[in-house]
Amino acid sequence: MDLKLDHHTQDDTEIVVVEGEIDVYTAPRLRELLIDLVNKGNFHLVVNMEKVEFLDSTGLGVLVGGLKRVRAHDGTLDLVCTQERILKIFRITGLTKVFGIYESVQEAIDKRASK
Amino acid sequence: MALVQLTISALPAHVRTARLMATAVARRAGIAESALDEIRLAVGEACSRAVEAHRAHCPGRPITVELIDGTADGAAGGAPAQRAADTAAPSNGHAGAARRFEVVVTDRAPAKEPDAAGTDHEFTGTGLYPGETTPPGGVSGLSPDVGLAVIVGLADEVRIEPGDEGTAVRMSWPLEAAA
Repeated sequence: MDLKLDHHTQDDTEIVVVEGEIDVYTAPRLRELLIDLVNKGNFHLVVNMEKVEFLDSTGLGVLVGGLKRVRAHDGTLDLVCTQERILKIFRITGLTKVFGIYESVQEAIDKRASK
Repeated sequence: MALVQLTISALPAHVRTARLMATAVARRAGIAESALDEIRLAVGEACSRAVEAHRAHCPGRPITVELIDGTADGAAGGAPAQRAADTAAPSNGHAGAARRFEVVVTDRAPAKEPDAAGTDHEFTGTGLYPGETTPPGGVSGLSPDVGLAVIVGLADEVRIEPGDEGTAVRMSWPLEAAA
């Protein structure tokens, strides 16, 4: 399936809900959304990837780009993902050490609040 | 040995087509469900890399994806058409060697020299983002080599063969492991 993007505010965090496939064709849309959110002053992002069916290195790059942008404002970009097939590419590339990866949106929000 | 060959234009949308076809052919070949995800991702990475290289160097030329059900172990190598015609495919003298599912993604962009890493894919305006150039490193901003690293991490066997006419990325998985 194609890529569906949605976002909403929960507590003081912007939750980005991603559904479908993130690849070389669809990744630019996610990139544009992340840039737009940051430009509008949202520096604490959680990307919910529970409904992502496919993620490749292009998608990883977009997430890394988003992380870089929020960090420039002392912000955070955490991920929600429990799917092994999606987590695998984070492990292969070593990005599990770069992103905070949580099992739920609430856990991601709570972890940041406790820091 | 059975061959399915797909030729795609260097368009990002067609990478998904190649992924879907590779997954379908691999499933039919009897690859395990767990390995299907690996094949889908590895083929996507190889095609994404080829598409970005073509968009930088030769956007009008096609990319070839070959899906080969039942190559002999270690058979990767040689001209694709010749391999496809060679049903015996005894590559290294291992008679009765394990059979494999092989995917070959062949681009026609200039292959880089080993010491020129990071300089071959310069994205200079034919970007995927409307109104702006593609950032260095392509859509993702990451080096194309990241995609290759992912492929190496996923495929059971990988060979990257730069040549005068472009680069062939050969990936294979054992069919026996699927049983």
